[in-house]
Amino acid sequence: MTTTTEPTATRGPFADPTSGTARFTTAAANYIDERTSISGFVKELGRKIFPDHWSFMLGEVALYSFIVILLSGTFLTFFFEPAMTPTHYEGTFAPMKGLEVSAAFDSAMNISFDVRGGLLMRQVHHWAALLFISSIGLHMLRIFFTGAFRKPRELNWVIGFLLFVLALAEGFTGYSLPDDLLSGNGLRIIDGMVKGIPVIGTWISYLLFGGEFPGTDIVPRLFVLHILLLPAILVAALGLHLVLLVVNKHTQFAGPGRTNENVVGVPILPTFAAKAAGFFFIVFGIIVLIASLFTINPIWNYGPYDPSPVSAGTQPDWYIGFADGALRLAPTHLEVVWFGYTVSWNILLPILVLVVFLAAVAAYPFLEAWVTGDKREHHIADRPRNAPTRTAIGAAGVVFYAVLWAAASSDLIATHFKLTIEGVIVSLQILLIIGPIIAYQVTKRVCIGLQKKDREIALHGYESGRIVRMPSGEYIEVHQPLDEYDRWRLTSYNEYKPLVVRPNAQGRITAATRVRAGFSRWFFEDRIVPVSKGELESAHHDHH
Amino acid sequence: MRESSGVPSTKSSSRAAARGRRPARRGPLATIALLVIGLAATGGVYSLFTATASADSATTVAADQVGEGQKLYQANCASCHGLQLEGTDDAPTLVGVGAAAVDFQVGTGRMPAAASGPQAEKKPVQFTDDQVKALAAYVATIGVGPAIPAAEYTDGEGDPAHGGELFRTNCAMCHNVAGAGGALTEGKFAPALTGVTGTHIYEAMLTGPQNMPVFNDLNLSPTDKKDIIAYLKYLEANPSPGGFELGNLGPVAEGLFIWIFGLGAVVAVTVWLTAKSN
Repeated sequence: MTTTTEPTATRGPFADPTSGTARFTTAAANYIDERTSISGFVKELGRKIFPDHWSFMLGEVALYSFIVILLSGTFLTFFFEPAMTPTHYEGTFAPMKGLEVSAAFDSAMNISFDVRGGLLMRQVHHWAALLFISSIGLHMLRIFFTGAFRKPRELNWVIGFLLFVLALAEGFTGYSLPDDLLSGNGLRIIDGMVKGIPVIGTWISYLLFGGEFPGTDIVPRLFVLHILLLPAILVAALGLHLVLLVVNKHTQFAGPGRTNENVVGVPILPTFAAKAAGFFFIVFGIIVLIASLFTINPIWNYGPYDPSPVSAGTQPDWYIGFADGALRLAPTHLEVVWFGYTVSWNILLPILVLVVFLAAVAAYPFLEAWVTGDKREHHIADRPRNAPTRTAIGAAGVVFYAVLWAAASSDLIATHFKLTIEGVIVSLQILLIIGPIIAYQVTKRVCIGLQKKDREIALHGYESGRIVRMPSGEYIEVHQPLDEYDRWRLTSYNEYKPLVVRPNAQGRITAATRVRAGFSRWFFEDRIVPVSKGELESAHHDHH
Repeated sequence: MRESSGVPSTKSSSRAAARGRRPARRGPLATIALLVIGLAATGGVYSLFTATASADSATTVAADQVGEGQKLYQANCASCHGLQLEGTDDAPTLVGVGAAAVDFQVGTGRMPAAASGPQAEKKPVQFTDDQVKALAAYVATIGVGPAIPAAEYTDGEGDPAHGGELFRTNCAMCHNVAGAGGALTEGKFAPALTGVTGTHIYEAMLTGPQNMPVFNDLNLSPTDKKDIIAYLKYLEANPSPGGFELGNLGPVAEGLFIWIFGLGAVVAVTVWLTAKSN
């Protein structure tokens, strides 16, 4: 605290240490410091540097929307009754009056119609959850495409991935709580997927639901997960995520004076903290604005859960969409009968695809580190074009995810674009396989093309469009040389070469080495070498 | 018939009024009185005449309507449905479909079909109400089928709570819980139910047009149908308490919204916050 008050003390008459406020601040700071020795920590944290780039703030968006979720969620727990006891709705919403509903649905309806501000809070909570997970998604993409998951940040990537999965689980458990028709349909799909697992599936389903679906246990159980267990793990993992963020320091994009050993930017205190606090309120404001203007999850339309009706257009929230899409894209007639037992590959295959996809996301930093054999620390974020293979893999993954995601709305695509639903499904099935391949190839070529252009510009400058006739009669176009700042940005990136297969100490070439060399070739065979100093100098001479 | 019973009373009362005003000798009000008598007499005679005429010719009007309907049928429908309503390879028979089916199909513009496709789609209605009723009357004379429902069942005055429950159980799987419509197989779809009149909703349930199943009176009683119409009319009349509905399409619309507008706004703010002043 002393470190923060001292500089301000020299700035103006109001912060004069002899004035009342400043004296009180100093005394209070001293009091706390003498008992906690916190000043070292504050000094360290306050001087933590954040580089300025818009994409570095996406994680903050996730953090702030999580805070909004905690606040609005706490409000909701005051009025929500997590029980499936049958009761009769007697609230103010006329077209529901007298219907038999569960206590959970009844209280969710009361929150919406009879608790002051309840509907706004419900909508804030739900919209904030959607924003939370979408900002996590965008944040992960930023980390991936800039290579910010490389050593020493692999562990933080894994923790971040865990946070993403926890957020999905939080979202799904929350979606199921109001016990309306939509959430019940969602649970029914989960029930079906669980029952599709051979041998243990049915047992797990009965354990989960406390008997045959839907039972009367699932809402209170999901409630405990939603407000106790999952948030506790989430907050713990979030704390660890932030600690590692401080320990590892922030990455930065290459630029003059920015090296792998420093971080150039603004210290947290005072400007950045003020900006961040302001940003929190902006995010909060955007969420509340959306929540006050746009309906989300109108449970009064869906009605109480009843296992018989399934509404057209029943979808999970967007973040579970890719799982729903995987189920929709599974080819039909995949069930086989083995030893008198049906094995539902139409369920197992999508589950397998999802698990492999998520596992690949979680393990990617380790896979790439193994392929490149790069054990160095990296604090300079890659421009996506300078890692063409990684960027192409990322693009392929994005397309794969996007196709699964789109498949979850196949019925709405069919009705809104006047297509047949079968046609939409078959197109998406084909796209799921060839889309990522096309995306990979196109992205890689685009990246390499951009690198070539960068190299050209770094060596010869921009085309100025000015044509000059030389005394000899020759026409040349004058190139405008780059200033050093821009050139730095274009030329500083790491060069990788495919690993050379070498025999080990025993003089043998192992299969693992060969595989690794193969992957390495795949990664780095097509590459554009960064401009070297020699090339730059000789290019310079040409121009003079 | 209601008109004809009402008319004599007005006629007699106006005559009584005229009789009371007759003066003993010519006074200043004589001109006015004369005018009143003249008007009352003309109106009375006219109404008497029309009343008897309508009473006499109820059957002739119906016959005219059927004749008109037959002409319309032959000009607009027979090429596909056959001159005797027997149907052809292109279209089903209309024997016994009843007035309700015709009123729905023609009254919503689905028939005459614009083109052959997965299903005949709604378009601007091609006939006047009288012509639609005439067509319906004609088709109803051939075979026995459901009639156009009485107004008391289609006015939307039923119990929306019961209607909502029935709607979710019987209708929502195709039409969506909020009546926003949904996809069926092979390019067919269940249309949105907003802006559809109570009569047409009732007729659709009764006759099961195109891909829709029939909900007969044993399945959903007329009162049940009335309640369902009441629920749909309630949804139409009462905007969502939560704000704009985003088409009532559920989580897909919500997800698209948060990615485009929510995240879009937030990213715009991050760009603004980190922008360097030039």
